[in-house]
Amino acid sequence: MIALAVDSLTKADVEDKMKALFSRHHGEKQELIPILQETQAQFRYLPAAAMKEIARFLRMPESTVYGVSTFYAQFKLTPLGKKIIRVCRGTACHVRGATKVLNELESRLGIKAGETTDDLEYTLETVACIGACALAPTMTIDNVTHGKMTAKKVAEVLGDRSEAKQEK
Amino acid sequence: MTEAKPSKKNKQTILVCQGTGCVSGKSLEITAALEKAVSDLKLKNVKIDFTGCHGFCEQGPVAIVEPEGIFYTHVGVDDAREIIESHIRDGKPVERLFYKDPATREAVPKYHDIKFYSKQQRIILRNCGHINPERIDDYINTGGYQALTKVLNEMTPEQVIGEIKRSGLRGRGGAGFSTGTKWEFLRNAAGEPKYMICNADEGDPGAFMDRSTMEADPHTVIEGMIIAAYTTGAAEGYIYIRAEYPLAVKRVRLALQQAEERNFLGDNILRSGFNFHIHVKEGAGAFVCGEETALMASIEGKRGMPRSRPPFPATSGLWGKPSNINNVKSLATVPEIINRGADWYAATGTEKSKGTCVFALTGKIANSGLIEVPMGIALREIIYEIGGGIPDGKQFKAVQTGGPSGGCLPATHLDESVDYESLSAAGSMMGSGGMVVMDEETCIVDIARYFLSFTQAESCGKCVPCRIGTKQMLDILERICRGEGEPGDIDLLVTLGTQIKAGSLCQLGQTAPNPVLTTIRYFREEYEAHINEKRCPALSCVNLINFYIDPDKCQGCGICLRSCPTECIAGDKRMVHVIDQDRCVKCGTCLDVCPDRFSAVTKLSAETMDVPSEPIPVKEKPKAAATG
Repeated sequence: MIALAVDSLTKADVEDKMKALFSRHHGEKQELIPILQETQAQFRYLPAAAMKEIARFLRMPESTVYGVSTFYAQFKLTPLGKKIIRVCRGTACHVRGATKVLNELESRLGIKAGETTDDLEYTLETVACIGACALAPTMTIDNVTHGKMTAKKVAEVLGDRSEAKQEK
Repeated sequence: MTEAKPSKKNKQTILVCQGTGCVSGKSLEITAALEKAVSDLKLKNVKIDFTGCHGFCEQGPVAIVEPEGIFYTHVGVDDAREIIESHIRDGKPVERLFYKDPATREAVPKYHDIKFYSKQQRIILRNCGHINPERIDDYINTGGYQALTKVLNEMTPEQVIGEIKRSGLRGRGGAGFSTGTKWEFLRNAAGEPKYMICNADEGDPGAFMDRSTMEADPHTVIEGMIIAAYTTGAAEGYIYIRAEYPLAVKRVRLALQQAEERNFLGDNILRSGFNFHIHVKEGAGAFVCGEETALMASIEGKRGMPRSRPPFPATSGLWGKPSNINNVKSLATVPEIINRGADWYAATGTEKSKGTCVFALTGKIANSGLIEVPMGIALREIIYEIGGGIPDGKQFKAVQTGGPSGGCLPATHLDESVDYESLSAAGSMMGSGGMVVMDEETCIVDIARYFLSFTQAESCGKCVPCRIGTKQMLDILERICRGEGEPGDIDLLVTLGTQIKAGSLCQLGQTAPNPVLTTIRYFREEYEAHINEKRCPALSCVNLINFYIDPDKCQGCGICLRSCPTECIAGDKRMVHVIDQDRCVKCGTCLDVCPDRFSAVTKLSAETMDVPSEPIPVKEKPKAAATG
């Protein structure tokens, strides 16, 4: 399995948490996706060390765990920022200006979609549709939805962060 | 105070919407503020409660005061006190929060008088916005679980299949296959156990009706699913919900727990001897998992890749056992068909498409939201009467149905009947119910590019036509949008699209070219303008447009200069401002901020405006002409 430079967690770091997590499951192959979801909820990404433990627990090749983890958009193999911003790119948001909102976020945070700021504060992602189309264009910060976004409102919802960036 | 009219009133209830849309508009805080105001004023005859989505998300956060049916829109936390004091205590509804008709600007106080609702016919969404989705008793009080009781006590599975077949109900997930026939296949299939799966992996960008139904009325989906299981002989059920819908997941889980406590679910349901258990599986963000064979692979814990059919799921589905996959809306319809009869249901709709359909009406439309209309309604009626038309005086250009699998229909098709057959004949499809309206400012080539970029990214990569073909089509469309289109591109797109449709393994690939093919069919001249004239008629593709400041109109106020993110505008006080075209990123900020009284910024494509190369003094207006 590919070890990532930023992924510094070792088996010792993940062992206890994974054991506790496994105790809620039976070790059946169909539990792979829920286990990956719980692991990600625990570490905010899927550490390689944890994925190895999962393969052992479910008695399947590490490559299978890796294959499933990379298939689904939800799973991240590198650490995420403390706050996750998701910009909706659904149809309704697209026709109402989602691209402008995304561009504004990218320039204010200094990262592209899919990246995390160096200080691990923010991860910026796009999402196919969050299903709040009537509020288009929308974005979420963690689980809070912000509707009817404009480039100007981006500064408001980012708060301190956007001021700090602007002063530079 | 007490001798006034209010004391005579019956108990009032304020129902605050707590769907995802309204929650993002702070409806949780509004509920708390209303409760606080009630307790501060020590009012007795009023109850604050919440519901799921009303469907009219554009007007959110919304609240209804029952029994009179007063509908409040755009409610803020600060309005809570006034609603309680003025409406509840003094009997004077707060007029400024009434809905205003977009055409007449008249205030419409009552829910049922609003055109958005009065034109609808709600079967699937019948309880949405009227009951508390977290209380099973609310559902039972509206007749909930009576259909299940009736089925278990009075009907054989064959009778249920007959009834559903006779109703004409067709799968609301997009393909439109007869639900009764599908159930019959599973009932007659050999092998145990059998699985009943609810497909709640609503992934179409622009569709949110399944989410709203699960958030607002989860029990109706569950009841439909239990009836389906009894009818087909399934012992285990799965609801596959997108993880992106946390509120829907929470409410469905809660509803399942309540249904088990009341023995509508579990072992020996209502002492009938029938056992059925439902599990929730959360999707992990893959659009292709809406395809039934991919969805089952995902439940099994594998990569969600589709496989070829046959064998169909009814013969060999989940873990190789007979299975059925039904859409949320199909299942939500079932209890009403059982309660009110197949004839009642079949009385609505067209000859081949019975009942109602739900659409998520969004895009450039005055009344965005969730609507349920009888099959056979004209597109025009949906867009202009329910939807309130196109805002800001803009022109209608196209309506897109069926999401990334569907097509764009132009104004000449506005009188088209909305049903499975008519939409397919026009080159679009019913799909799972997204309906996105576009106006003159939406570039049709860009829309086709957008949909294809979505399907291309979501292609699972298993079969070649979809994996490589969609990428090739996308490359061509991106070139056209950049102004690098070549003669022959349109024909190449049509050839590729036709081949991808014919050669792909699953519905994702088989339908991915539809948005491109229909836009070429109806808006070919717009493609030609991009390719031959390097012109974007909608003034939308950034590489094909330029912004200019009209020297006759600019008053040198400096607003655009200060707002320009790339600082490419030159100018000074009382000097005509000039945009440096080489450094302009075409964000359009100058156009947005230029004061209406000047309107000096213009957007042009394939033409230029005569402007000075550097700032010159503003022309003095002759005063007599201005006042004269």
